[in-house]
Amino acid sequence: MKVTVRYFGAIAEKVGKTEEVLDLSVIGSDFQDFKNHCLSSYQIEDDGTLQIAINQELGLQRSLKEGDEIAFLPPFAGG
Amino acid sequence: MNSSNTRYSRQIKLPEVGQDGQDKLAQAKVLLVGVGGLGCPAAQYLVAAGIGTIGLMDHDKVDETNLHRQILFGLEDVGSYKAEAAKKALHRINDQVDIKTYNFGLSVDNSTDLFKTYDVIVDGTDNFQTKYLINDAALKTNKPWVYASIFKFEGQLSVFNYQNGPSYRCLFPKAPQEDMSCEETGVLGILPGIFGVYQATEVIKIILGIGEVLSGKLKIIHTLTMQERIISFKRVEERIAAITNKALALESINCSLINESKTYLDVREPHEQPQPDNKNIIKIPLTELASRYEEIPNSTDIHVYCQSGIRSVKAINFLREQGFNNLINVEGGIQSILK
Repeated sequence: MKVTVRYFGAIAEKVGKTEEVLDLSVIGSDFQDFKNHCLSSYQIEDDGTLQIAINQELGLQRSLKEGDEIAFLPPFAGG
Repeated sequence: MNSSNTRYSRQIKLPEVGQDGQDKLAQAKVLLVGVGGLGCPAAQYLVAAGIGTIGLMDHDKVDETNLHRQILFGLEDVGSYKAEAAKKALHRINDQVDIKTYNFGLSVDNSTDLFKTYDVIVDGTDNFQTKYLINDAALKTNKPWVYASIFKFEGQLSVFNYQNGPSYRCLFPKAPQEDMSCEETGVLGILPGIFGVYQATEVIKIILGIGEVLSGKLKIIHTLTMQERIISFKRVEERIAAITNKALALESINCSLINESKTYLDVREPHEQPQPDNKNIIKIPLTELASRYEEIPNSTDIHVYCQSGIRSVKAINFLREQGFNNLINVEGGIQSILK
């Protein structure tokens, strides 16, 4: 029950890597639980601006399944 | 074949462009908000491609630290308005383009009138507040805008408000409290170069009506790994209605000071972000300090800050000469005193 997690922007900095493989059989497949698990593992506070995509699509909040790619996308504004 | 056709002959040769397409480019009006790391490369290619009218908007002047990424400028431009210096450089590339300059920033008051006179808006800004303002003014005037943002080695690209597509607020509904600009985090010059050129590509696709415009999609590139992702997202009607149904306003960036009781002197320009809401902050830009320093009390310790701790030192040096001995420099700039 493996999924790939990708971290972007300042989140990747805080996590210290841009991707990792996690096991749903350990964490569970509930979207919110999974999100909380990832954030608390790296002491990341969600200020409500973080967007999360499942398989390159935003706005889904479904249960996770084997092979999913979960992307953590914080906004940034440099230019 | 006249000289104009010679200049554009290689792109006219493309069936997707042709003489009709070249005529569309010549009739198009494109506004660049921000003539910095993103705006310079975008403007360069848009001007070379023969866009009829280009608006260059930037309140800022060229600084030596800009030169590694803002490639229209050289040492001799330091101290000149970016829009003026860019116009000079761009006219060297193509003097057939009508280039308009606006040496001031985008505001609630000037944005909609200005946007109405252009077909496409290009975002070359470096802060959330202006990006939300571009978004909201573009929604109100029904103009597509081409967004890019960069962070260290990573960038994002999208086109908003294109043919009833999603807006920036459909992707990121809320502004975070931190603005991290290139001044603070550092950036390789190449990264805004890549994204500015992508922005120019989307502008040309929009004008010509060719290909698939990057609407409802966020392209992300990490240049250290060269990994790319395209993330799709949908239009959220209530977020669009929340903007179209009310008067244009600046997005408030919530931020507060770690220590609310200290007295601060902010020597940044009024447009600079973030702006913590606190009555103990005296705001006098460095450029106005010589005429306004008498507003500063001499009785209590004052912590002087700017964006990164450079202008605050200049301010303190000046104020010490005027007899102030109660000043403390905030070395890390504004971010170091925010919660």
